[in-house]
Amino acid sequence: MAKISTAGNYGKEIRSDCMATLELTKSGGLKIDLISKVKDYFGDQIISLAKEELKFFGIKNAKLKIEDQGALDFVIAARIEAAVKQLIETDQEYLLEIIPQNTDQTAKDRPRRSRLYLPGNTPKLALNAGIYKPDGIILDLEDSVAPDKKFEATILVRNTLRSVNFYGAERMVRINQLPQGLDDLDHIIPQHVNVILVPKCETTDQLKAANNKIAKIKKEKNLNYEVWLIPIIESALGVINSYQIACCENVVGLAIGLEDYTADLGTQRTAEGNESFFARSQIVNSARAAKVQSFDSVFSDVNDMEALKQNVLTSKSLGFDGMGCIHPRQIPVIHANFAPTEKEIEKAKQIVAAFQEAKEKGLGVVSLGSKMIDAPVVKRAQKVLELVSVGGNN
Amino acid sequence: MQEQKCYEDELRNESNYMPINQIKNGVGRMIPTEINGKPVIPFMGLGKHRPTGKIIGPSIPTCLDFPEDGDKTLPSLKEALLKAGLKDGMTISTHHHLRDGDLIANEVFKIASERGIKYLIWYPSASFPCHEPLIEYLENGTIHHIEGSMNGPLGRFTSRGKMKGVGILRSHGGRVQALKDGEVIIDIAVLAAPTCDMFGNSTGQHGPSACGVLGYAKADALFAEKVIIVTDNLVDFPCMPMEIEGNYVDYVVVVDKIGLPEKIISGTTQITKNPDRLQLAELTARFLLESGILKDKCFMQAGAGGTSLAIGDYVHQIFREKGWKIQVGFGGSTKYMVDMLKDGTMEHILDAQAFDLEAVRSIEENANHHHYPVFNAYNFHSKGNLNSMMDISILGATEVDVNFNGNVVTHSDGYLLHGIGGWQNCLHAKNVILPLPLVRHGIPVIRDEVTTVVGPGELIDVIVTQFGIAINPRRTDLLEKMKNSNLPIKTIEELKEEAERICGVQEKPKFTDKIVAAVKWVDGTVIDVVRQVEE
Amino acid sequence: MKKADKFVLNAAGRMVPTIVNGRKVIPFMGVNKYWPTHKGAAPHVPTCIDYPADGNKIVETLKEALIKSGLKDGMTISTHHHYRNGDFLANQVFDIAAELGVKNLIWVPSAAFPCHAPIIKHIESGVVHHIEGSLNGPLGDFCSRGKMPGLGYLRSHGGRYRAIADGELHIDIAVMGASASDMTGNANGVMGKHPFGPMAFTKADVKYADRTIVVTDTLIDFPCYPWEIMGNDVDFVVVVDQIGDPDQIVSGTTKITNSPDRLLIAEYCAKFIDAAGILKDGISFQAGAGGTSLAFVHFVKEIMLKKGIKAKCLMGGSTKFLVELLESGLTEYIFEGQAFDLDAIRSLRDNPNHIPIAVFDSYDFHAKGNLARMMDVIVLGSTEVDVTFNANCVSHSDGRMLHGIGGFQNCMIAKCTILAVPSFRDRIPVIKDEVTTLVAPGELVDVIVTERGICINPLRKDLIEATKDSGLPIRDIKDLKKEIDQICGIPAKPKLSDEAVAVVEWIDGTILDTIRKVEK
Repeated sequence: MAKISTAGNYGKEIRSDCMATLELTKSGGLKIDLISKVKDYFGDQIISLAKEELKFFGIKNAKLKIEDQGALDFVIAARIEAAVKQLIETDQEYLLEIIPQNTDQTAKDRPRRSRLYLPGNTPKLALNAGIYKPDGIILDLEDSVAPDKKFEATILVRNTLRSVNFYGAERMVRINQLPQGLDDLDHIIPQHVNVILVPKCETTDQLKAANNKIAKIKKEKNLNYEVWLIPIIESALGVINSYQIACCENVVGLAIGLEDYTADLGTQRTAEGNESFFARSQIVNSARAAKVQSFDSVFSDVNDMEALKQNVLTSKSLGFDGMGCIHPRQIPVIHANFAPTEKEIEKAKQIVAAFQEAKEKGLGVVSLGSKMIDAPVVKRAQKVLELVSVGGNN
Repeated sequence: MQEQKCYEDELRNESNYMPINQIKNGVGRMIPTEINGKPVIPFMGLGKHRPTGKIIGPSIPTCLDFPEDGDKTLPSLKEALLKAGLKDGMTISTHHHLRDGDLIANEVFKIASERGIKYLIWYPSASFPCHEPLIEYLENGTIHHIEGSMNGPLGRFTSRGKMKGVGILRSHGGRVQALKDGEVIIDIAVLAAPTCDMFGNSTGQHGPSACGVLGYAKADALFAEKVIIVTDNLVDFPCMPMEIEGNYVDYVVVVDKIGLPEKIISGTTQITKNPDRLQLAELTARFLLESGILKDKCFMQAGAGGTSLAIGDYVHQIFREKGWKIQVGFGGSTKYMVDMLKDGTMEHILDAQAFDLEAVRSIEENANHHHYPVFNAYNFHSKGNLNSMMDISILGATEVDVNFNGNVVTHSDGYLLHGIGGWQNCLHAKNVILPLPLVRHGIPVIRDEVTTVVGPGELIDVIVTQFGIAINPRRTDLLEKMKNSNLPIKTIEELKEEAERICGVQEKPKFTDKIVAAVKWVDGTVIDVVRQVEE
Repeated sequence: MKKADKFVLNAAGRMVPTIVNGRKVIPFMGVNKYWPTHKGAAPHVPTCIDYPADGNKIVETLKEALIKSGLKDGMTISTHHHYRNGDFLANQVFDIAAELGVKNLIWVPSAAFPCHAPIIKHIESGVVHHIEGSLNGPLGDFCSRGKMPGLGYLRSHGGRYRAIADGELHIDIAVMGASASDMTGNANGVMGKHPFGPMAFTKADVKYADRTIVVTDTLIDFPCYPWEIMGNDVDFVVVVDQIGDPDQIVSGTTKITNSPDRLLIAEYCAKFIDAAGILKDGISFQAGAGGTSLAFVHFVKEIMLKKGIKAKCLMGGSTKFLVELLESGLTEYIFEGQAFDLDAIRSLRDNPNHIPIAVFDSYDFHAKGNLARMMDVIVLGSTEVDVTFNANCVSHSDGRMLHGIGGFQNCMIAKCTILAVPSFRDRIPVIKDEVTTLVAPGELVDVIVTERGICINPLRKDLIEATKDSGLPIRDIKDLKKEIDQICGIPAKPKLSDEAVAVVEWIDGTILDTIRKVEK
């Protein structure tokens, strides 16, 4: 094993993160060198945290340098742990106390209009993500994390799930492509995560593997909460198999990833989206058939809110329940445009009222004006009103 | 404070001041050492008096004392005057931009008279025949005396010794000098504004009583303890341009009418049609050209009198022919100057007052027609003087004498009939030219000694009459330049003799010993006094 | 002479000196409690016959002008900050003073910038005794370490004008950079080779200084118009190669932020004034430069367009964002104290409704009313706030002075003052139990907007009532502070010595707080 290890990030432009550089020594005790812009306020706290953590891992002699730009404790702890684990073999985890807000469980069919992707190894973005009120926050371990940072990212994401308040957003993690992603689950599942996103999903076998691994961890750790799955369909094969995938255990919805899908088709992504029309419709159709939700791909131009709006309106008209996003400013646009229109709300209210009336009068048939109303129509109207109550325009 | 009290006591002693101590000043005139109970400094000669000490600032206001929403309007002028603390002995200023159409000054003293206020000092930037009703308030003691100009009826009233105090005549620049060095402290400035907003930001450019600029009101706004704006055209905040900034203003009053538009501004100013005057104008223009005073990029001032306009017209022709430009024309402006600006023979107009509608329009429309507050043009206490930068200044006079001294305030009969205006200030130009008729109404204009010295002879360079041109002997450069000229260059004595040959030697007017007014030089010293005319 | 002496507890509960640099000062007595009534200040009476009759006041070099102005030990020298971080002039003035062996000068800039770091060596060598104005960046850091011989004196923009106007601060020589001037000193900042905009911050200097030197790099024929500085107030004119770099006027603070947190704060501010009924037809507001303020303007614009609302006037310093509002008819006027970018300079020159406005009109305590009070809403930033709504904008939580007051205090008297701040910066909480330095008393701060919620001052019952059903995250400031402390941890108190290094003046001229030397 190496003599010196580093973990984390440090630089002029980097905020709320730190870099830990660890060297195990033979004698001299624990020498901690802290360079921090918040040293005056938090220097003592940071040093005692570091000492306690090194002792936890049984390290008695070491030189630890922490270069800090205002990292919070959970970040510092994650960086030190990542540095330690490059030098010594251990299965122990240095866990900070989980905040009470992060132990709740989510309903299978809760609204998931917006899911905000955050790079898993950039702590600054996670701190305030919840205040934008997305329906879900995705801590990403896959594409947004460089291969050599994957290890420290899993530790940071683990700590993030325990320490950062997401203000009611559903806690989601996108693991790496299987089989690597199965190892991620060891760190993530015990942290009360709500949803695991499985990327590049093509067959039901992948989901079965994930479910087995999750069940195993839950059993070992005696965990009794549900962990939902959202497979991301990103290939032609995945689209063809989407119905079977959607029917797998614990799946709450299907997402589509269009960048990889169009690459797989050998075509380019266009603004009009003709090349993905079939796939998107197929995903919506499979999800509906399996009675789960469906989520459109992200819109990547974060400065063009008008184009995003058009994109959302198209997604909604195709039947999607939500879409991913990559910048907090996209959230209100997504919510506002996935929200039912005034006209839809009015119609839904009338239908639900007619349904209530029919029920009270014990009528078998619901009618509005001269039109007969079927049960699925009532159900859709009820869903519309549910969405309104979540708050569309925030 | 003590000094102020003594002064007020003195004012209450309503007797006219009879001079006890008199001394001879720098132009040989006998001058009292005290006027209206205040010591004065006799004229000491040009450039001899340099006041030191500090510029006087008014008491500092505090923004917390003013309405938070910026609305300073009050229902009436009376209420504003009372709120401003109007009381006996105060100095009240007004400006003259509404000229003979002003309705505000009379209203102020009518209110004061109704309230039984006494011993006020009126500090106008100029007075006009429309202010004749003030005689009533001078008589009933509301106004103790006037410091400013005493034109027409007010001048005649003063010359008859009827004003309770001694009138003080100042030039436009001298008025600012007195404010700046603390000689005069305005208690309340009542400033008519053709357009104004609730906060007091004011302009003269718009409104039914538009007068162009408010250049003469600027110093009042800066130095008065209280400032009341009276307008007949209240507009939404902010009134633009802010010639008077609302931050200097205490109260705003809206009235029906601040002035009679037809008398504020003449629709057009006219070049004289009098053939004698036209000849005089042409002669002057030829002199200016031959002497080399007229040149490309020169700075020039010419007034708005008929002869001055005619000279301007000849100069305009010359410049067009030669392809020259006047770099700076200094107003009061008229349509003739505006024409020069428009066809490019004049680069800039600097303007403190507009004399006709064309000039008012031009200020608004023409980027090179600039406001130039008198504060900056004439003020003795500024760091330089626009007047001394002028190559040419063309002025009038009621009289000149063989020493080139000039008079603009009294006539040869001894009566005070005009203010000084900017006349004294303009004498500081590099070349001061006085085109004058040799004889006016059968009275010679060139005399042995002017009735009242308003401008010392060393500043007057050339006197042009239709019979000949007299160059001040001090201007050896001009004499040298013109020695081979075909123009009728004469001595001043020759001109005087010519005048006397035409209408005989005029008898001197008879005066009593009583001093009715003092004439201030631009530096604040007393250059001459005006005595009561014996009737 | 002790830098600061005879400390007392002032009305804000801060220990402040009553003697500063040998001069008596008045401790803060409470908001709207001190009402000075004496006569205003005034310079010596000049006399026009002492000046060249032809109006040509040009002297060869700045050095010659300073010598002719009588530069000597102990004088007070002022400069303006319209070139912001591109100013070449102030450093030159003190280089010359050093060359001439002059000592103990007092520098009174309208603001200092990092480009003025070279002045540190003149303080160390005794050429400059202390600075009255703003102590930014390197100068602030230097002063915080107790290295300035005199006590630093921090004033707001309006406070500076007030101090000069009421005689508290007498300027011996004002050295005023102008982008264009004529030989008599008529000068402006919009013409010439390196224009920078209006000259609001020169007005008090020119009006009250004994000597005024105009320094320009573009001499034009008389008359230079517009004359923001009047030649009749000027003693000498100096022509140099370049007086400043306009590129440095445009700083990073003139671009809309990309930070989602700041965008959210700005959006909350806009939604708040809409909900509170402040954003209505005819509104007047000020929003300075700075990413959050600009974003605020952007969100306000969206609401205005949606609701068909037009503003009456906006108060700058302006940027292209305000200029866009003017040009699209969404506001009738912009009042401008300083231009922050080239679009603003252009608009100021070409648009008659873009009006240069003096500090006297906008901020002065000794004016007959002022514009800041008439603003319906002003949005500002701040380094710290506390649970009683007190605010700090000059020092950081470690006690180091790093910013000037600018117009911050002056804007406090607007009808609604909003501080738009993140709730913490790099782990350091912005909401404290007590601000490190008191720059604005809490009773004047109406609303604090953070990304985690909006706190309304309990004194503003009207705003609380108006926004209670708005759906906005209105929160108790103590609750918010608790949440922030949970996220960041409780910071240790900075270690400060007892030694005073600077004082903060309130707008009325009283002493609001003392800044103390930072240990280490």
